[in-house]
Formats: sequence, structure tokens, C-alpha cells
Amino acid sequence: MSSAYSITRSVNAPRAVYLDFPLGHTAGKPGDKALQRKVMIDTLSALDTIQVPGTIRTLPYRWATTDAWKDKVMRPASEKKKHADDRVERSTDPQYQFEGDRQAAELNLADNGCTDCIWLEPQDLGKQ
Amino acid sequence: MAKISLKEWYLQKHHMHSEPIDYIQRTFEQYARLGYPPYQWVNNPGEPPFVPLGKALRDARVGLVASGGIYRLGQVAFHYKDDCSFRLIPTTVKLNELRVTHFAYDLTDARADPNVVFPLETLRDLAELSRIGELSPHAYTFMGGIYSSRKVKEILAPAIADRLVKDRVDVVILVPV
Repeated sequence: MSSAYSITRSVNAPRAVYLDFPLGHTAGKPGDKALQRKVMIDTLSALDTIQVPGTIRTLPYRWATTDAWKDKVMRPASEKKKHADDRVERSTDPQYQFEGDRQAAELNLADNGCTDCIWLEPQDLGKQ
Repeated sequence: MAKISLKEWYLQKHHMHSEPIDYIQRTFEQYARLGYPPYQWVNNPGEPPFVPLGKALRDARVGLVASGGIYRLGQVAFHYKDDCSFRLIPTTVKLNELRVTHFAYDLTDARADPNVVFPLETLRDLAELSRIGELSPHAYTFMGGIYSSRKVKEILAPAIADRLVKDRVDVVILVPV
């Protein structure tokens, strides 16, 4: 599944479906179970029917009646902000959605480790 | 009625979609504005490996792998600096135990309904309806904002592929963001 056509083209996946939605909605719209199901049925169907390696099939759903949402993506809000780097600073601290998640994870770690967290790099292996 | 451009009017009239956003080009432009060297996107030329499904979907065991930064309550969350770890999520998990963390997309909708980046309930329903044979008991998740494609190719992807083989899945739905 993909919402980034050019990246999927460049990666050259064996087969893909493309949904022309803003990033963060690869499998549909929030709360719209009917659409989510249609998207998944089309995705599964692509497994059966795409014969040519590298095919990207575009799905027939639109995010909105117009494509105005596409204009601002990854573009500066104004001329003044043209050179401002508004991307999030990156650190190696776990980024929890809720503060309570941190407590739950730390309790788990103290008890018997996080068995469903799979760390692969040497500097992280101690965490297990 | 909302005002639309001539281009939009034409596209709607002919039931056409406009061009996809070219994220590679926009990243190039964004980096240029910030004075960074161009980002090196993965490019795999030639014909990709291709294995036909080989059985009916209603008999297939389907795996799920998502890169949107999903973790489960009780697990350590992903960090934002080339985190190459992954999480095993039992596919019987309660939806209200799912969390989402990622630095490169708007998380509002994914946090309201994780199915938009992790279509777990969607696949459970389709298994219930026998559209697929079964959903594998394990889904795998990671935080795809990893700037080293070498690490993904050499460390993360093989480790997840190994698990999927052990889980004996017939096919895997990959959900990037």
C-alpha cells in the first residue's frame, strides 16, 4: 500500500496499490470503516490480479472534492519562513503518545523486560 | 458551491485525478531551501522480485507490517533518531491499547483511528468474512523515519522477514506512511 507514488516507483516494489491521500492515511480515512474495507479489498485483489512485476495500481478514491490540500505539503507557509527548518528535532528518547505509556513501559522493563520490543543494534541490546 | 480552479473543474468534469504529489521532488526542493545536500532516496532499477500468490486469498495466511510508528501500551515507544527496532503486536490486541508516534506526519487521524496506518480491524473483519484465510497472530511495526537505508536493508528488513517466514505467512500487507 502506498500514498507516495514517486517513492514507491523508485523503491520498485513487486506490486503496489496507490491511494492518493495525505501521508498518514495509507489505509483510508479515520472512522470510515466502509472506505477502509474497500481499500483493503482492492489491495488484496491486486495480489490476485497484478501480473506484471513493478505494477502500481491507482485506487479510485479521492481525499476531497478538490486537490487543494496538495499545494501546501512540504512547502513553506510563507516567503518569510522559506529557510526555517520546522522539522521535529530528533533524539534517542522514546517518544510516548501519553505519559502513562512511559510508566507502563518502565514497569514492564523492570519486571521482565519488553519481550515484544525487538532491538537489533549493539547499543540497544542491553534494553532487553 | 465552493470556488474551484479551472483545472479542478476540468479534472472533476472528466472524472480525472490530478497528479500524485511527487514527494521525491518536494524533498529535493525543501532540502535545497534549507541548504542541505539532496536526500538519497532508495532506487532499485530493473525488474523487482515477484512471486505469485499461489493460492486463493480465502486460504491464505496474511501478515501485516506497518512503518507508521505504532506501539502497544506497555511497550517502549520508538525514538526519533534512526530507531531500527521493531515491535511485535499480537493481532488480537484491543484497539484502545494501540499508540502512534512518528516525527514525519500529522498523527491526529492515526491516533483517532489507528486503522488508517495499521489496518488491523479491517483485516480482522475480512478474516471473519472469509475474504482471507486468516490473519497471522503477529503484526510487526516500526517507525519508518530512518535516514539510513543501509540499516533498513541490512538489519531491520531481514529481521522482520525472518519473523514472517517463521510465522508461515503466505502474503504480507506492507503499510508505509
